[in-house]
Amino acid sequence: MSHPEHAHADHGHAAHGDHHHEMSFSEKYLFPTDHKYIAKQYMLTGMIMAVAAGFFAYAFRMQLAFPGMSVPFFGVVSPTEYNSLVTQHGSIMVFWVAMPVLIAAFGNFLIPLMIGADDMVFPRLNRLSYQLFLLSAILVVVGWFVPGGGFGGAWTSYPPLSAKAEYSLTPAGSSIWLAAVAVEFAAFLLGGINFVVTAMNARAPGMKWHDVPIVVWFICIASILFMASVGPLIAGAIMLLFDQQLGTHFFDPVAGGDPILWQHLFWFFGHPEVYVVLLPAIGICAEIIPVFARKKLFGYRAILYTGIATGVLSFFVWAHHQFVAGIDPRMANVFTITTVLISIPIAEMVFLYIATLYGGSIKFSVPMLWALSFIFCFLIGGVTGIFLGASGADIYLHDTYFVVAHFHYTFYPIAIIGTFAGVTHWFPKLFGRYMDEKLGQIHFWGTVLSFNLIFIPLFFTGLAGDHRRIYNYNNFAELGTPDLQWLRILATVALVIMLIFQVLFVYNFINSIFKGKLAPTNPWKATTLEWTTPSAQPGHGNWTPETMPSVYRGPYEYSAPGRDDDFHPQNVP
Amino acid sequence: MAFRPIATTRSATGMPTGRLAIWWLIVSEIVIFGGVLASYIMHRIGHPEWAYQAEHTNLVAGSVNTIVLLTSSLLAVLAHNAAEMGDGKKAAKLFVGTILGGLVFLVIKSFEWGNEIAHGYTITSSGFWAFYYTAAGIHGTHVLVGMIVMGFVAYDAWHGRELQRIEFAGIYWHFVDVVWIFLFPLLYIAS
Amino acid sequence: MSGDAHHDHAHAEHHDHSKFYIKVWAALFVLFLISVFGTLTPWFFVTIIVGFGIALVKAYLVVRYFMHVDIEKPVVHYALIAGLALMVLFFAAVSPDVLNHEGSRWVNVAARAEMERREAAHAAGEGGHHEAAPAAGHEAPAAEAGH
Repeated sequence: MSHPEHAHADHGHAAHGDHHHEMSFSEKYLFPTDHKYIAKQYMLTGMIMAVAAGFFAYAFRMQLAFPGMSVPFFGVVSPTEYNSLVTQHGSIMVFWVAMPVLIAAFGNFLIPLMIGADDMVFPRLNRLSYQLFLLSAILVVVGWFVPGGGFGGAWTSYPPLSAKAEYSLTPAGSSIWLAAVAVEFAAFLLGGINFVVTAMNARAPGMKWHDVPIVVWFICIASILFMASVGPLIAGAIMLLFDQQLGTHFFDPVAGGDPILWQHLFWFFGHPEVYVVLLPAIGICAEIIPVFARKKLFGYRAILYTGIATGVLSFFVWAHHQFVAGIDPRMANVFTITTVLISIPIAEMVFLYIATLYGGSIKFSVPMLWALSFIFCFLIGGVTGIFLGASGADIYLHDTYFVVAHFHYTFYPIAIIGTFAGVTHWFPKLFGRYMDEKLGQIHFWGTVLSFNLIFIPLFFTGLAGDHRRIYNYNNFAELGTPDLQWLRILATVALVIMLIFQVLFVYNFINSIFKGKLAPTNPWKATTLEWTTPSAQPGHGNWTPETMPSVYRGPYEYSAPGRDDDFHPQNVP
Repeated sequence: MAFRPIATTRSATGMPTGRLAIWWLIVSEIVIFGGVLASYIMHRIGHPEWAYQAEHTNLVAGSVNTIVLLTSSLLAVLAHNAAEMGDGKKAAKLFVGTILGGLVFLVIKSFEWGNEIAHGYTITSSGFWAFYYTAAGIHGTHVLVGMIVMGFVAYDAWHGRELQRIEFAGIYWHFVDVVWIFLFPLLYIAS
Repeated sequence: MSGDAHHDHAHAEHHDHSKFYIKVWAALFVLFLISVFGTLTPWFFVTIIVGFGIALVKAYLVVRYFMHVDIEKPVVHYALIAGLALMVLFFAAVSPDVLNHEGSRWVNVAARAEMERREAAHAAGEGGHHEAAPAAGHEAPAAEAGH
C-alpha cells in the first residue's frame, strides 16, 4: 500500500521528532488517525445515538402509560411503530451506544495512554474501524425512513418473524438493520484486534502483565470475547439476510430450516456481549475507586482472574435465554447450573471493590458517586438474574417486564452509569478542563434516583404478568387494572424526569469543554500513566521522545508509606 | 502526515505486531467459518436425504480447486521464504503466482456454479444447496479479499518495501486454504 | 518430515527452505489423491473416515509447516485452540436441538415433514437433469458425483 505515510517509513524514529506539528482541520477532526480524536469521534457518535434511543424509549413508554394519546414531539404511536421503536431502542442502546462508548471510545483513549504508547499500533486501521462504525450508524438511521418503516422484530430478530417480509411488515427496514449490524461487527472486530495487539505489544518498557491497569485488561478481555463469540452471529446474519432477500430457508421450518438454530447463533454471541460491555464498565470503576478512596486496589490479581473467569464462563451460559423456546430440557439443566455459577466471579469482584473502600479516605466527587452507584445498581441487576437463570422460575418470568427490569438494571449501570463515571473521571484528560462539580452532583442524584423509579415498578408489573411485547395493556382485563396502570405511569414519569436531567449533563459537558476551569496534568493525583501527559494534548503523540515513560510498579500505589505525596506514580523510579 | 508511532515498533511479546494481529484475525475467522460449518454439519447429519442433492455436486471441479489452492499455498510459503532471505523481487513474483492460483480457483468455481444453476440447483432449491452456496460463497469472498491484499503486498515487496508483510498475507492465505481443505469433503465427498 | 528442516525465526541468517516446503506440498498432494480414491470404495464409513481424517492431516501439515505454528509463541497456540474449542462447545450444545429431531418429550414435526417430502420427491425421480441417478440411499458411494 503506497500510502504517503510510508514514504517516511525509513525515517523511522526520526519522523517522530516533528511531534506536535500542526494538522489540518480534516486531518485532526474528520479523518484522524490519532487515537484520542478517534475516541472522541466514537464518544460523540455514541452520545448522539443515545439521544435518539432515549427519545424512542420516551415515545413507547408514553404509549404504555397513556395508551392512544398523541405523544408530544412524536404523535400517536401505531402498533407497527411501537414494535419498531422498541426494537430500535434496544439495538441502538446495545450496538450503537454501549459498544462504541465503552469499548471503542474508552478503549481508544485509555489503552495507549495507560500503557505508555503514543498511539495504537495500527492507526489507519483504527480510522477505518471508526469509518465502518459510522457507516453502520448511518445505515441504521436510514433504516427508519425507508418504506414500511424501521425493523420491528426485536433486537434479537428471531425468525421466522424477521426472515419474511410478510411477517415483519418491514421489507426494506429489516435487511438494512441487519446489514448495519453486520457492518458494525466488522468495525468492532478490526477495532478489537487493534486493542488487543496494542496492549500486548506496545506496552512501555518495564510494564509487566501485572502492571497493566485493570481497565486495559478488561477492555482487552472484552475485545477477545467479542472476537471469539461474534463469528457464529456473522455467519447467522448472512444466512438470515439470504432468507430475507434471496428466499432461502435456513431458519424457516416450513421448508426444512430451523428457527432454534438462529436463537443459538444469536445468543452464542448475545450473552458474551453482555460481558463485552460489562467488563469495560466495571474496569472503569476499578480505576476510579482507588483514586477517590486513596487506597490501593484490594486484590489486583484476584480482580484480574475473576475478570478472566467471567469471560470464560460467559461462553457457557447462552441458552438460558431460550429456556422456553423448546430447547432440550436436559440442556436447560446444564445451562441453569452454569448461569448460577457465573454470579460467583462477579460477586467476588463486588466484594473486592467494597474491600478497597474499607479504611480508605473516601472523597465523594462525581466520578466516585457514579462508580459507587454502578456497584449498587448492578448488584440489583445481578441478584434478580438468579431468578431468571433458574429454568423453573424462568418459565413463569420469561418475557415479562421482570426480565426487562432485570436487564435494564444490568445494562443501565453498564452503558449509562459506567459512561458517566468514565467521562467525568477522564474529562480533564480529554479536554484539559474540569467539569462543573455542583452541576455534576445534581445530575448524578437526579439520574440515579429517577432510574430506580423507572425500573423498580417494572419488577412488580412483570411479576403481575405484564408481557414485554404488548402495545396496550388496557386490552387485557387482568393487566389493565388501575393498580398496574399506576405503576406504568410512575415508570414513565420517572423516565421523563430522567431524560430532562440529561439536559443538565449536555449543558455541563459542552460548557465545560469551552469554559471549564483549566485542569493541571494530574488533577486527581492518580498513579496511572495517562495522568503524566499534558491534558488535552495538542497533536499526534502523547509524550515527547524524551518523556516517554518507563514503568517501575503496579498501577494502584496510593497512600504509599515513606513518601511525601500519598501516591506513587507508575513512571516514577 | 509524517507521524509514525513508536508504539508500532515495540514488541513486548517478542512477536511482530502484524503477525500477532493476523493470528487474532484468524481466531475471529475460525468462529465465523465454525458457525457456518457447525450449522451445516448439524443439519447434514439430521437430514440424511440431503445426500441425494449432494450427489449432484461436481467432484472434479472441487478436486481441481483443491489442488489449485494447495499449490497457491506452496507459492505463498515460498514467497515468504524468499522474503526472509531478502529477495523482494522473487517474493513478489511468487506472490503473483499465488494470486493467479486464487484467480483460477474463482474461475473454476464460477463455471461450476454456472453449470449447477443451469441444471436448476439454485440457492433456494433446498437446505443443502443453500448451505453449499453460502459456505462456498463466504469462502470465495475470503479468496477474493486475500488476492486484493496480496496484490498490494506484492507491489510493495517488488519495490523492496515491507517485506515482512509477505509472511502476514501468506498466513491468511494458508488459513483460507485450510478452510477449503475442510469444505471439500464436507460439500463434495460426504454423499 | 519434521527432522528435515529446522527453521527458526530467531535465527539471524535465513536458510533456503524451499525444498522442504515442496516436500510438504508433495505429501499434501498424495494425501489428497488418497482422499479422492477413498470415495470410490463402496463403504460409506470408509469414505467418511478417509475424507475427514485426511482433511485433518492436511490441515495439520498446512498449519504446522506453512503457517509455522510449530515455532510460534504459545499465546497463538492458546488462541487457536480456544477458537476451535468454542466451536466444539457450540456444536455440542446446539446439536441436541438442531441435529436431533426428537428428544425428551418433544418432536420436531417440521423437520420430519421436510424429510418425508424430500424422500417422496426423490422416489418420484426428482432431479431429472441428472442422468443415471443412482437409486441408492445415503450409504451409496459418491463416485458418480463427478459429471
